[in-house]
Amino acid sequence: MALRALLTRKTLASAPRLGGAAAAASFRGLQTSSLPDLPYDYGALQPAISGEIMQLHHQKHHQAYVTNYNKALEQLHDAMGKGDAPAVVKLQSAIKFNGGGHVNHSIFWKNLAPIQEGGGEPPKGSLGWAIDDHFQSLDALVQKMNAEGAALQGSGWVWLGVDKELKKLVVETTSNQDPLVTKGPSLIPLIGIDVWEHAYYLQYKNVRPDYLKNIWKVINWKYASEVYEKECP
Amino acid sequence: MAAAIPAAKLELKPPPYPLDALEPNMSQNTLLFHWGKHHRSYVDNLNKQIVGTQLQGKSLEDVIVGTYNNGDLLPPFNNAAQVWNHDFFWDSMKPGGGGKPTGELLKSIERDFGSFEKFSEEFRAAAATQFGSGWAWLAFNPRPSDGKELVVLKTPNAVNPLVLGYTALLTIDVWEHAYYLDYQNRRPDYISIFMEKLVSWDAVCAKLEVAKSQAA
Repeated sequence: MALRALLTRKTLASAPRLGGAAAAASFRGLQTSSLPDLPYDYGALQPAISGEIMQLHHQKHHQAYVTNYNKALEQLHDAMGKGDAPAVVKLQSAIKFNGGGHVNHSIFWKNLAPIQEGGGEPPKGSLGWAIDDHFQSLDALVQKMNAEGAALQGSGWVWLGVDKELKKLVVETTSNQDPLVTKGPSLIPLIGIDVWEHAYYLQYKNVRPDYLKNIWKVINWKYASEVYEKECP
Repeated sequence: MAAAIPAAKLELKPPPYPLDALEPNMSQNTLLFHWGKHHRSYVDNLNKQIVGTQLQGKSLEDVIVGTYNNGDLLPPFNNAAQVWNHDFFWDSMKPGGGGKPTGELLKSIERDFGSFEKFSEEFRAAAATQFGSGWAWLAFNPRPSDGKELVVLKTPNAVNPLVLGYTALLTIDVWEHAYYLDYQNRRPDYISIFMEKLVSWDAVCAKLEVAKSQAA
């Protein structure tokens, strides 16, 4: 089965139209989330990541996290309103899974850019120097992240982050949709690479290391530098 | 230094049917990758991990339980458990499978779940809601505190009922690699087809008989 309609524009219409319940929720002050647009076409990251994967990943996987996060938030809002503590606690995992999925993927789309828009261009300025300082070279950092990403069992993410207290770069992995902050409260994500199988399987099959090798061609170091410079001015 | 010949080395067992036999419900392409690459890697990597260690020569089940280490997983656990899980998964399916069980198995399901439909719903829900990678199981609990011998479980990554002291009867792999080529993100569709067209109730029946006689 092949989805080939891929030179079309980025995404569906903006936020999913919210029906009665959600409208009432906003009235009560509950802010739900919506699927962010991609700043590039689905096909724009080829051949590193296929358009077929980008479309499924954005329109199906990320959208599902958004939908389920909003649902869980609604239920949480109700449970809190009723003072139903067991229900509040029970909903935490749904919020972590789906909210984490939404947070992580929102960062991921910004971590990628077409080659014509700077994807793959090595970081300059203070982030470039910090990488050389901490990891000896960009290449060494890439090898480290690829090794940890390949070794991750099951589903998860491999991250380059900055500890905003210690002003230090770190490489970390998280499982499932745990955001980077679950590994340390002062960790800010700079680059996250999704190593869930849905991120690469249609193109790379079981060969996750090839996906990791190729994704660096479209990594958006400009965005990572902006975030870094904000935390470490 | 000459390489020592390992005393015992695991082999990749083929499924009990040709790789195209589950078409169109599970494609040959999927079997080629899932069995031919993923399952094969688990076997090869496990062999590399245990050769020359005290785990070599132990039964696979012993290696699994030993390296589960009460939840503080030792490095060979993932490969060992995944070898076992995948052997079990191929056995859980057959060409022309699906439908309903009969006889003792059906009676046991009706006794412990209320009805086959209620079991099916619970099993499908477990498979659909296992977040991230993992498995859903029908398992036999030899020492049930509530009198229910049959239970539905979901487990993450490589964990399986053996480490919980249960006997596995049926499994569905819900790692994305199990269904992505055929169903993409549509895990619920894959689960439905598994129940309707793939489950080998014969295999489940045979395993239940063994489990019951061992518990007696």
